[in-house]
Amino acid sequence: MTCSQIAEQRNQLTPATTPKTTAVHVSVEHLSKNFGATAVLKDVTFSVAPGEIFVLMGPSGSGKSVLLKHMVGLELPTAGRVALDGHDAAAATTRERVRMALVFQSGALFNSLSVYDNLALYPREHRLFNEAGIREKVMRTLQILSLENAVDKFPSELSGGMKKRVAIARALVMEPSLMLYDEPTSELDPVMAATISEIIATLREEYHVTTVIVSHDRELALGIADRVGILMGGTLAMLGPAMALRSPQDPRVADFMNPKINLQHPRFKQLET
Amino acid sequence: MKPLTAFLDGFGSTWLLLVRVVSHSGSLPRQFHRFIDQCYLIGYTTMPIVAILSFFIGSVLALQAGYSMQNFGTQQFIGSLVGLSMARELGPVMVAILVAGRVGSAITAELASMKVYQEIDALETMNISPARILVMPRLAATLVMMPVLTIIGDLVGWFGGAIVADLTEIISIEPEAYFAVLRRYTHFSDVLNGLIKAELFGFAVVLVCCNIGLNTRGGPREIGAAVTRAVVVSLILILVLDYFVTQVLMLVSS
Repeated sequence: MTCSQIAEQRNQLTPATTPKTTAVHVSVEHLSKNFGATAVLKDVTFSVAPGEIFVLMGPSGSGKSVLLKHMVGLELPTAGRVALDGHDAAAATTRERVRMALVFQSGALFNSLSVYDNLALYPREHRLFNEAGIREKVMRTLQILSLENAVDKFPSELSGGMKKRVAIARALVMEPSLMLYDEPTSELDPVMAATISEIIATLREEYHVTTVIVSHDRELALGIADRVGILMGGTLAMLGPAMALRSPQDPRVADFMNPKINLQHPRFKQLET
Repeated sequence: MKPLTAFLDGFGSTWLLLVRVVSHSGSLPRQFHRFIDQCYLIGYTTMPIVAILSFFIGSVLALQAGYSMQNFGTQQFIGSLVGLSMARELGPVMVAILVAGRVGSAITAELASMKVYQEIDALETMNISPARILVMPRLAATLVMMPVLTIIGDLVGWFGGAIVADLTEIISIEPEAYFAVLRRYTHFSDVLNGLIKAELFGFAVVLVCCNIGLNTRGGPREIGAAVTRAVVVSLILILVLDYFVTQVLMLVSS
């Protein structure tokens, strides 16, 4: 599905039914996190403006996903805090004040529920609509993501790309103010990865949500991000507009963004010595 | 120190889970479909194994007791022994052990798998309490189904004892005589004692199994370890609780 197809489907929808969300301001303030003696995040500070697409990149194990979990209150900080419109993300009441959705790397779909019930769970449990309203909302969301044919399927019957799209659809049903994506394009072929990037960008335009994406995907960052942060060893090695990724100043960031395969002096052998 | 902190951690988190479940108890009517599903899983699907096990427990009880009692010529009282043993002790304990092995292990495996594969995290980010939609319906169903299973276990055990008492040559007690003695010495209060025990055991087992499942961290290997831990903790809990509850019930009835 291309951007134009998404836009075409979007235009077919009734404008009156388009949800209105208020994008949230995210502020990461001197955030540190230790797991035992290991410091995973060290005094990380940055902010994401309302409606912005912010991509957080970095090597595996640099603390990106841990930082993302702090934003939804799934991890508690050792020091510092994440504030969502001024509310501490670690406080239980923040989830009631700020509607946020996290698209997990694995999708984290409820395996015992069909695609329809996965999407209907949130509005049902929070009594947002009656059953007819929920059906309309779910079917409309599935239509946006071209998933109408998967409505009665179970997660085990879906391909990797479809699982990601169902996970995005489930997040979208929540009409969130803050959308978080954990590696949304990992394990996908390049075309499906581009499709997911297009969907994320289109949803930002459609719903005006603040978007934070954790990813290794350089194309995604250059294609849809407003700003990019590079996390290395628990600290921010770079923070700036996406275009700055094309010519990074920091040699570590330059190596990360444009790694050269060096068969004469392989990296893993340098690590051994 | 690590086993001690793990024990205290588990103990504290179980009580916190209970508090969370109680705080959501008002929403039970909205969880009715989940409650019915759990009644089916915990009650209906466990009934056949409860019946089979109770039948043979009653049978072997009658056989062993009859063998010993015929030495003193007191085998006519075998009905009272089987009746009281099943109602006060073996019925609730065996049903609780079965629930721990069959239902508790399945609950831990399911919740641990949901935790490991981030489904629990997804629920939390959706501001849907796992205690409300996953734990509360299971606990409510357990409270409803434990007495049913225990009564079935008692009845089938009594009948198993009657059949063995009738058919075993060295005992040879007619079913009429067996049940007459059973009725005379087994009172409603004895059955009620057993039902109270069954409720407590079932509630404790399902709560502990849910808590262990929800606190699982790691991968598939940890799911297996969580199930083993849940069953072992449940079995120990049933027998420890049994002693103290029996003491309390004896104190109350005296």
